[in-house]
Amino acid sequence: MALDRKTVIDIATLARIGIDPDNVDDYASELSKILKFVAQMDQVDTEKVEPLTHPQDRQLRMRMDRVTETDQREGFQQLAPAVEAGLYLVPRVIE
Amino acid sequence: MKWEPVIGLEVHVQLLTRSKIFSGASANYGSQPNTQACAVDLGLPGVLPVMNENAARMAVKFGLAVDAVVNQRSAFARKNYFYPDLPKGYQISQYEMPIVGRGHLNIVVDGELKRIGITRAHLEEDAGKSLHEDFHGMTAIDLNRAGTPLVEIVSEPDMRSTKEAVAYLRKLHTMVRYLEICDGNMQEGSFRCDANVSVRPAGQAKLGTRTEVKNINSFRFVERAIGHEIERQIDILEEGGEIVQETRLYDPDKNETRPMRTKEEAHDYRYFPDPDLPPMAIDETFIEEIRQNLPELPDAKEQRFKDQYQLNEEHAHQLTQSRANADYFEATAGASRGAPKTVANWIVGDLSSRLNDENLDIGDSPISSRMLAGLIDRIEDNTISGKIAKEVFRAMWEGEGEADAVIENRGLKQITDTGEIEKIVDDILAKSRTQIEQYTSGQEKIFGYFIGQVMKATGGKANPKQVNEILKKKLRAHLFTDGP
Amino acid sequence: MAIQELTSLAGRLNDRRHSSVELTQSYLNRINGAGELNAFITIDEEFSLEQARRSDKRRAKGRTLSPLDGIPIAHKDIFCTKGMLTSCGSHILDNFISPYDATVIEHFNRSGAVILGKTNMDEFAMGSSGETSWYGIIKNPWDTGRVPGGSSAGSAAALAAGLCPAATGTDTGGSIRQPAAFCGVTGFKPSYGRVSRYGMIAFASSLDQGGPIARSAQDAAIMMDVMAGFDERDSTSVPQDDVHFSSELGAELRGLRIGIPGEFFGAGLDDSVEKAVRDAIKTYEDMGAQIREVSLPNSELCVPCYYVIAPSEASSNLSRFDGVRFGHRATDYDDPIDMYMKTRAEGFGPEVKRRVMIGTFALSAGYYDAYYNKALKLRRLIAEDFDKAFEDCDVLMGPTTPTTAFPIGDKTDDPIAMYLNDIFTIPVNLAGLPGISIPAGFDASGLPVGLQIIGRYFEDARVLSVAHQYQRQNDWHLRQPEGYHS
Repeated sequence: MALDRKTVIDIATLARIGIDPDNVDDYASELSKILKFVAQMDQVDTEKVEPLTHPQDRQLRMRMDRVTETDQREGFQQLAPAVEAGLYLVPRVIE
Repeated sequence: MKWEPVIGLEVHVQLLTRSKIFSGASANYGSQPNTQACAVDLGLPGVLPVMNENAARMAVKFGLAVDAVVNQRSAFARKNYFYPDLPKGYQISQYEMPIVGRGHLNIVVDGELKRIGITRAHLEEDAGKSLHEDFHGMTAIDLNRAGTPLVEIVSEPDMRSTKEAVAYLRKLHTMVRYLEICDGNMQEGSFRCDANVSVRPAGQAKLGTRTEVKNINSFRFVERAIGHEIERQIDILEEGGEIVQETRLYDPDKNETRPMRTKEEAHDYRYFPDPDLPPMAIDETFIEEIRQNLPELPDAKEQRFKDQYQLNEEHAHQLTQSRANADYFEATAGASRGAPKTVANWIVGDLSSRLNDENLDIGDSPISSRMLAGLIDRIEDNTISGKIAKEVFRAMWEGEGEADAVIENRGLKQITDTGEIEKIVDDILAKSRTQIEQYTSGQEKIFGYFIGQVMKATGGKANPKQVNEILKKKLRAHLFTDGP
Repeated sequence: MAIQELTSLAGRLNDRRHSSVELTQSYLNRINGAGELNAFITIDEEFSLEQARRSDKRRAKGRTLSPLDGIPIAHKDIFCTKGMLTSCGSHILDNFISPYDATVIEHFNRSGAVILGKTNMDEFAMGSSGETSWYGIIKNPWDTGRVPGGSSAGSAAALAAGLCPAATGTDTGGSIRQPAAFCGVTGFKPSYGRVSRYGMIAFASSLDQGGPIARSAQDAAIMMDVMAGFDERDSTSVPQDDVHFSSELGAELRGLRIGIPGEFFGAGLDDSVEKAVRDAIKTYEDMGAQIREVSLPNSELCVPCYYVIAPSEASSNLSRFDGVRFGHRATDYDDPIDMYMKTRAEGFGPEVKRRVMIGTFALSAGYYDAYYNKALKLRRLIAEDFDKAFEDCDVLMGPTTPTTAFPIGDKTDDPIAMYLNDIFTIPVNLAGLPGISIPAGFDASGLPVGLQIIGRYFEDARVLSVAHQYQRQNDWHLRQPEGYHS
């Protein structure tokens, strides 16, 4: 399938990747080529096939409900672009 | 036109696990910001989730309690969206395969029983908290809550009034606390409610366009927020307008709902099976073990209270709203010679209102069930009157000890000696000529005056029944011998 | 010092012919002298030498921890290393000093191995040529005008040039085996669930698997002894007994049934690659193995299937790079959305953006069934193809790649041509199977050719053993590129 400009912009917004308006057409044609390529999958009838989500059908293993972690805020927050009073700062969110 | 509201609720219940759903960080509430957010909760590069078995156990417990299907195979999916308090850019939740399928809860509204369908209940992780104040125009993020286990309970759109919605929510609230899977604290956000609301002309089968009302954080707000939203929709429809499907935020200060502003872009959560977590298998043994250990549930307990203790509907209902209340009642009733009805009266009446006033749970009551039983016994054996008992109750609350000690120390023992009471009555009658005349002339209301005088003279300790009898006898004598 | 396998290096350390410090220093010197390859992102000489000193002390007290004690190992920069930059080849993690160790790194630390450095790689492991790293193009020591393959490009190039005795890599669609083939070294992708993914920065979680890039299958087995094992922190880790891969290399080849998938020898396969691979298979036949034709009918659709599944998972895995808690954040922005858009626009390179956008699209409302779910269904068919093939044989063999290493820049403008490079390696990831690429000679231009051996699920030891038997017959795996002789 071929993607139009609007779809490319919508996807980029959904993926939170800013793209230069000048590059939208390039993205559109590149992504369309890839989608056309992957559409080869349609050659196979998979109507009655169960999707395989994990390489081997395994079951979830669960852990006991125990607290094993200790406070490492100081170390973790050294990695952060902006912190104050132990909190991560971001531009104002409007709800 | 007559309009019919249609309401469905989505309730987020924070599970009382020790650790988080996918990490070993503590799930306690109220710690310093970000001190309980470990590498997994922060979504650091490379970290992976590992499921907490206890969270699954609690979800199954809930499922069994609402007669729901527990799905032996369920799966975790990722719900993808960007938000600063959602560390990984996705929330691990359940989508197509929830752990709990269809079930139901019964509610009673205006004496009528109604069954509310539960569509599903699924496990998911909570997000962190955004603080919008006091950070010089920035938003601050605390991720302590990120990864706390939640069960989201989705009802069918089966409720037709705010009353029913509140009744359902209360029932759910009672249920999760009975099961000890949630502390039910709405203020701290461990029990949160969103409502899907629509209206339609009465009699129409097709549902109207619905809105989702968020941020309903107390029972009082549930009624107001939904009620307000129903009115808003009716107003629009009656003016010929159309309802827009949207998410609205309830503002308790203004008592209004308003559309959320961040939703300008259509949401597309791109759910897909979480590749980090293989499907969850719950086997029959696991379910059976939980079933065996289920506590007696509210409806069953209420019925038993009616049958076993001959309590009336209201008492039985009120006393079974929490396990702690019910346990308190049963302990008191078991330890006291008083009738269960009397015990129920004390708990639902004096004790509850006092607890309420001081914002205490029954577990924190300074008067234990044994102490209350002792008090009731003293009324039963006529040591004190019901009125004096109130004083004893207050003294016990203030820490003056058991009922017997209070009665002793304060000298509150009831006067039951007929001779003594007769003497007091004679004294009073001797000083009350005017009142006796009024009485004998037919003003029977004045009788209360004599009772009051006797009680005043005895500090309320005279046995009221005896006072009554003696007064009547003596006054009757006046009526016939002392007439004008 | 001549090129050395791990066993002989361990022997030299034991004989006190070298100390770990000397060994480590000699590799550090070689790395410094081979800057043109751009094989490393981070070298911390003092850190490495300190680890080496501690190893020497242990050895002096007779308390070595494992056969790898004191041996310097290079790690793909996708494995989190505590206190060290872990960039994943991306600008967005250019300042990420990991606060914790990946399980694989913990295992190496416990074995006493020295961390020699962090190798360069395609950004977030998205690339088949070593050309997408924020830290620049990585070059193939056999011909520095050519790519080393990817995404474990730095690990393979470093090994080929003798800059390290062994390295770690990760393989999502061929990222260990393909660069191993291009660089003439041995690269092993274990069964999914063998090696913990904890602390290995995720590209496509259901496909990613860490493994060794080494001089020989024997060295790969020694590396696997350390790398493999159950990890309770990874829900996809498989409970497993402690297998000593290195002591299970002696399996008898007589009677071994080798399946040759016809689909791996079709159009697009370079003649000289085909010849080298067929010669290698002949060698096995001469050693007593039975050769039989098998079919993997859905092979051709593996690449389309993969290029839906991997980007879909990646689009979600890479959402955490948002500039809030760690990593790069743009400097000017109006609101959170603007901050995300700019941070990620600046932080990700073109290939990463392309794949995140494809994945976002494939999962989006209205397209999920046609793309993502369709790919999952196809994935089951592909896995079943392998099950069927393995009814008649014990291992599969074929080329690792359709061609040998291609010139730098050759495929950068044509993503699909680039993707097709992994046509023989991708199916193995989709089915979660173990696979190895071992050197099997050279093409006409003197570039290495890789032979791929694929095993049944969790028969990793057999794959390593079968590869080892071949390497006892020849020395392709010990050849070194001109100019990088040790």
